[in-house]
Amino acid sequence: MRPWARLGFWLPLGAVFVWGLVVLLLREDTLRETTFTLMMFVGMASSLNILLGYTGYVSFGHIVFFGLGGYFGFYLLSQQGLWLLPAAVGGGILSGVLAGLLGLAVLRLRGAYFALATIGINEAARAFVSNFGPFGGATGLFVNFQAYQAYGGAGPALWTTFMYLWLVTLAVLLVSALVQGSRFGLGLMAIREDEDAAMVMGVAAPRAKTIAFMLSAFFPGIIGTLYFFKNGNVEPGDAFQLHMSIEALVMIMLGGQGTVVGPALGAVVYQGLRGYLLTSPLFKSLHLAMAGLFLLLIVLFVPAGAVGWLRHRFPRLRKVLT
Amino acid sequence: MILEVHHITKRFGGLQALTDVSFGLKEGEILGLIGPNGAGKTTLFNVLNGVFPPNRGQVIFRGEDITGLPPYEVARRGIARAYQVVRPLNELTVRENVMVGACYGREALPLAQAARVADEVLATVGLAGRAEQLAGSLNVAQKKRLEMARALGSRPYLLLLDEVLAGLNPSEIAAMLDTIRAIREGGVTILMIEHVMQAVMSVSDRVIVLDYGQLIAEGSPEEVVNNPQVIEAYLGDPQMTARLMGE
Amino acid sequence: MFGQLLSSLADGLLLGFVYGLAAMGLSLIWGVMTVINLAHGPVIALGMFTAYLLFTQAGVNPYLALLPVAVLGMALGLVIYGAAVHRVLNAPHLSTLLATFAVNMIIIGVGTAVFTTSPHNIDFSLGSFSLGPLTVPFTRVVAAFAALAATALLYLFLYFTRPGKAIRAVANNRMAAELMGISSTTMLALSFGLGTLLACLAGGLIATFFPFTILSGGPYELKSFVICVLGGLGNPLGALLGGLLLGGLEGLVPAFMPVSWVPVVEFGLFVLVLLLRPQGLLGAK
Repeated sequence: MRPWARLGFWLPLGAVFVWGLVVLLLREDTLRETTFTLMMFVGMASSLNILLGYTGYVSFGHIVFFGLGGYFGFYLLSQQGLWLLPAAVGGGILSGVLAGLLGLAVLRLRGAYFALATIGINEAARAFVSNFGPFGGATGLFVNFQAYQAYGGAGPALWTTFMYLWLVTLAVLLVSALVQGSRFGLGLMAIREDEDAAMVMGVAAPRAKTIAFMLSAFFPGIIGTLYFFKNGNVEPGDAFQLHMSIEALVMIMLGGQGTVVGPALGAVVYQGLRGYLLTSPLFKSLHLAMAGLFLLLIVLFVPAGAVGWLRHRFPRLRKVLT
Repeated sequence: MILEVHHITKRFGGLQALTDVSFGLKEGEILGLIGPNGAGKTTLFNVLNGVFPPNRGQVIFRGEDITGLPPYEVARRGIARAYQVVRPLNELTVRENVMVGACYGREALPLAQAARVADEVLATVGLAGRAEQLAGSLNVAQKKRLEMARALGSRPYLLLLDEVLAGLNPSEIAAMLDTIRAIREGGVTILMIEHVMQAVMSVSDRVIVLDYGQLIAEGSPEEVVNNPQVIEAYLGDPQMTARLMGE
Repeated sequence: MFGQLLSSLADGLLLGFVYGLAAMGLSLIWGVMTVINLAHGPVIALGMFTAYLLFTQAGVNPYLALLPVAVLGMALGLVIYGAAVHRVLNAPHLSTLLATFAVNMIIIGVGTAVFTTSPHNIDFSLGSFSLGPLTVPFTRVVAAFAALAATALLYLFLYFTRPGKAIRAVANNRMAAELMGISSTTMLALSFGLGTLLACLAGGLIATFFPFTILSGGPYELKSFVICVLGGLGNPLGALLGGLLLGGLEGLVPAFMPVSWVPVVEFGLFVLVLLLRPQGLLGAK
């Protein structure tokens, strides 16, 4: 059966499509800002899931692709005067190519060694960028206000950025669903379950893993460029927060790894929860501890995530929740 | 000859696992590979399907030198393998397990066709009713069948079977032997490592014997069990031979 | 120039002992149960704050305070093991990584609420001594000796006591150790406790010469990763050598390039070693 013949294929895509469309039609600035953050994490978690969920490799420092790609895109935009869209795609391509090169080397490591290496790469990249002249060193890069004029002023520029983010998020979900339902995806999942057995069955694991790594790095590069453009500046401290990487992992875990809906759902729930904790007078000062406790409970008691649990509990839902 | 093995030598550090092993396999044949534990049987399989390259020697498969190719390249050329210790892909369904073999094996089928092949193969090994189940939920005998189905799903020319009978009860063994014969009828050449002697003797056309990494005998089951060297190295006592051949 | 290099190298090496001590805990835990403890940094910070509280509230000498710091470290480890690690020990790596990271969030969260994130410091000095171009604060020297002593004690414990040998047996083969009548759960909990104990000690020592916040453990956690990989993951004694190597590197690199390049070199080296010699520069355990 073709993947797009299933209802489950269209569910996350449709939801994000309608969601973004509603925000674009309502044209409210605060709603756009909150949605931007949410959708950014939907995109980040879903792209990381292509590697983690399907291939089983835990990239702990995945934020490096958001940071480096974002930096490069922002550089193209602010220093070379490129338009937002080509600059963002440029950022994505840099991340993808970089993942391809790194992947050939790093993906030989398995399990926790791979996770450690990705942390190291992220820290090395952060330290490197802080010293790299063309990227502004430790102070980073800015766009001057004039640049927004080209998009009809700051307000319209932000709306344009949001629209691109919406489209990218849709693209991530589409790619994720296509990979999951494809022959390529089946090979990735075989690697996830038992890499050696998969190779003996004919799965060219080194190449498949590298492609998955590249796909999961490409989109964060685009999203990074959009995010930094929205903020108007980029600096090393913002671009390589290990914390954000781990949050993306938490979202995937929360929703269910290896599913298309799970990471998206997890991102929305996690951000919602965080927002609630941050604003609640009771938990405000303890929001981080509460989030930690919540994560611990999930890891200990619902390791398959919400969607994974539902799929196990109600096999009939498998056709809808992919 | 579908497979020619020339002078294979494999060392692990100081350990000489295989020494100058040569043999050939005719198309459509069932060749039994026997030998005491630690004789290097599984190592030989690992060399044949590319898990690690030999230190010396050549593996020629259907006229092509496949020595040192990675396992997935070997699989694509039509050699499939069923493991001694079953390795199902637990979180995938039984059908998906077989589809991996079909998608990435010799024919490299697209998904839809792979699903069809998977259903056929599952029917022949008697797992048709469990196609939708997760592979992790099968019992041991079923997992062994799945292991076999996965190898068959790739439509191989040559099938390497590593102790597929171990741990099965007599009626399951009989059923498995029928399956093996049926596979051969379908035109697949088979090389099988086996410890269940009566079974290997009854199903094999020829038998080769490994001992301490060296090939010590080769011939029909009858010749091999009467070979004094084999008796000494493996079978232990001459009575054993009588029992094996006089079932 | 040469004098400067020498003093920066001496500085780095002395710090290296403490780095090594911090990393030893991480390495021990990895060696015994192949878990990367992502709560390592906050545990180090808790060691700092315990020493701080004992010093400011009860006037305890910071070196005497190391004893209660160690006790607390052990207790903390047992609690973390029981609450977060034990259940997911055999689950995929992601589970233990996230479980220990959850503990990290909890400690940082509570710590921020209690101590805020403004810097604290222990107002304590032993003076310093000069040796040619070198000027070395005594607190650094004492810390280096303390780290060395802790390493020696760990070595004696692991190789010459019954529980120590049992821990090594469990690290080698959990199943076989069980069959020989060793309760692996007890030993796993104990080694996790030892790991956090070492981290807390390192924190207590660092607090005698650097100001700190609840987030200050983070950089030491990252350094510990680097050190563990240099010294061989799972080899606690190699961690001390790894620590010296890293400390020496931090002392030497600034002589050849701006200080801000130090982390680039450190983490670049880290990734390279992981790729080329995953058993560590100093060999397997």
